[in-house]
Amino acid sequence: MSLFQLPSGGQSVGSLAFQERRNSARQKADEAGLPSFEEEIWRYTPIADLDVSKYQLGAPGGSMVDFGLTAGLDEEAAAVIHIVDGQVVSISVHDEAVTVLTDGTEFENLIGSVMQTGADVFSDYNFAFCNAPIVIHIASNAAIADPVLIRQHTTTDGLAWFPRVLVHVGENSEATVVEHQTSPNIDALVCPVTELKVNQAGRLRYLTVQEHGPRIWQIATQMAEIDRDAHLAVSQIALGGEYARARIETKMIGQGSSGNISAVYFGRANAQHDFRTFQRHNAPHTNSNLLFKGVVDDRSRAIYTGLIRIEPDAAGVNAYQTNRTLKLSDEAWAESVPNLEIENNDVRCSHASAVGPIDQDQRFYLESRGVPAETAEALIVRGFFGDVLDQLPVAAVSDAVNARIGELLALDGQGQQT
Amino acid sequence: MTTLSIENLGVKVGDQQILDGVSLEVSSGQVHAIMGPNGSGKSTLSNAIMGKPGYRVTSGSITLDGQDLSSLPTWERAQAGLFLAMQYPTEVPGVSLRETLELALRARGKVNIDVKSRLLEEAGRIGLRVELLDRPVNVDLSGGEKKRNETAQLAVLDPQIAVLDELDSGLDIDALRACAERIEALTDSGLGVLCITHYHRLLDYLPADQVHVLVDGRIVDSGGPDLALELENEGYARFLTSNVESAGVTVSIGGLGAAKEVSKPDSDDPFPDPLA
Repeated sequence: MSLFQLPSGGQSVGSLAFQERRNSARQKADEAGLPSFEEEIWRYTPIADLDVSKYQLGAPGGSMVDFGLTAGLDEEAAAVIHIVDGQVVSISVHDEAVTVLTDGTEFENLIGSVMQTGADVFSDYNFAFCNAPIVIHIASNAAIADPVLIRQHTTTDGLAWFPRVLVHVGENSEATVVEHQTSPNIDALVCPVTELKVNQAGRLRYLTVQEHGPRIWQIATQMAEIDRDAHLAVSQIALGGEYARARIETKMIGQGSSGNISAVYFGRANAQHDFRTFQRHNAPHTNSNLLFKGVVDDRSRAIYTGLIRIEPDAAGVNAYQTNRTLKLSDEAWAESVPNLEIENNDVRCSHASAVGPIDQDQRFYLESRGVPAETAEALIVRGFFGDVLDQLPVAAVSDAVNARIGELLALDGQGQQT
Repeated sequence: MTTLSIENLGVKVGDQQILDGVSLEVSSGQVHAIMGPNGSGKSTLSNAIMGKPGYRVTSGSITLDGQDLSSLPTWERAQAGLFLAMQYPTEVPGVSLRETLELALRARGKVNIDVKSRLLEEAGRIGLRVELLDRPVNVDLSGGEKKRNETAQLAVLDPQIAVLDELDSGLDIDALRACAERIEALTDSGLGVLCITHYHRLLDYLPADQVHVLVDGRIVDSGGPDLALELENEGYARFLTSNVESAGVTVSIGGLGAAKEVSKPDSDDPFPDPLA
């Protein structure tokens, strides 16, 4: 019994072989059914509260209305892709090294090549039902200066949809991609899958900005493979959603490859942020560095669990993992669970995690200058995110997020940034 | 004319009575020095004046021109006209110095001060490298740079009374001179200073009108500038050894054990950084 019912006539596109792959993903998911919070990977989650019967697949589609934190990026973008409620609204490409594929043999060969089987039932359903899947292909030996911008907007109440993006970075190429998820105050289920493939000596910076409305359930999966001497930096900005989960898996499969994984999350009201990260070192002399920083305010919750896995052949690895969460209210809750699995002796690894209140010494210092207490706290909280925001690949987005966090902390209109 | 008046002040940190009956008055234009051995309560006095959380006033009062400060939050004490130059200025990651001072001045209704140019001016006067002004507050500054930074902030914020908690520690002799002379110049235009120090050399450039000796949480002697010289030459022996019991109390009042006091003087911070 499928958890989701396809509207009649939908989704029968592509070659027979491709349809067959999608059907088998659907069968696998149907057999698995919804997960239970008793499974470790769903521990601490409200997954038992998910009532998928509320949601319908397929919607007429709408138009982009609010560009939010990525407003103003369009003029300097290598490509802009708009997808609303699972329908492609527009694709415009301004750089000849960028190709956007939505069907065809190359598309079918690439989509699902990084995540060949789903990590869970939601990513299996994603492959079965993905609406408007997109492959972004960056030619080899190309340096794309401007970002590729993908906006995925959800406008229809009661919709369930499955965004899917694969970015394929050719050898010795460099690119930046910004994926922006938005929605108004509606109840919808969005289960995106992002596949990232960075070929030899390639460099990709991939920024996800999650700016959903307060009633959205998002269950996202990102899977990345980094080849020899290649580098990937993935960043997540998570500001919205009622339950917003991101499973972020980064595989260093080629010798000398490296991954940088970062996130900023800000929970208010009853929001729940849930991050599950995997730093997989499958090759020697690979590096990874993870820095996740978040705030839980009001009655919000945040879960971080992270695994560094170092395979037996992977000597000479450096792998680091840091998660820090500021707890701004007594009713807020955060849990941080780091894990290491190390099968090789020649590695350097560390993990650190902390959940705590605002540093009292920092607040005392600012107050002793004469900064009012609430303003001092707001400055400290915004400043806490500074090192992550400074590393984001698009400065305009860093500035917009910094300003948004200031607004959330009621710092707007006061003082100036140096 | 402003007067900071401390009367019969008793302060507890946790269960430890650190200060017991301290009284002194600092008025505009005056410099009062507080000297004393490690663990005598000097930093507790400065933290209590500024209202640091965890420092509980158990007796007496702290008033500024008759306004009782002891129940006010720290920022309101600062707005009333106090400034504390900290012994170990706290690093505040991601927070701009300029914005901090702008917000502090704006909250006091001073909106017409060009903080950026004032900071540049003050940095120039005391040899603080101007590129450090763009760093987040105190982040990756050396000990001496932090003290210069405190001095620059003092001059820009222009308080009525400044408490200097070992401003001289970490400063080389040229920097010490520059900072002390800058503050001395501010006293000419009315700044009152309560200056905590171990060393006479700070007072060479920032001459004290009064010197107080703090031992075991009490002021045991007060005098003119000559007292500082005498302490520098002879130490605190006459205050400590005159009474063996009292010397024993010094250790227990510190509450941290002698070994810890040696490693980090006056380290009685009850709130270690939970994220450190």
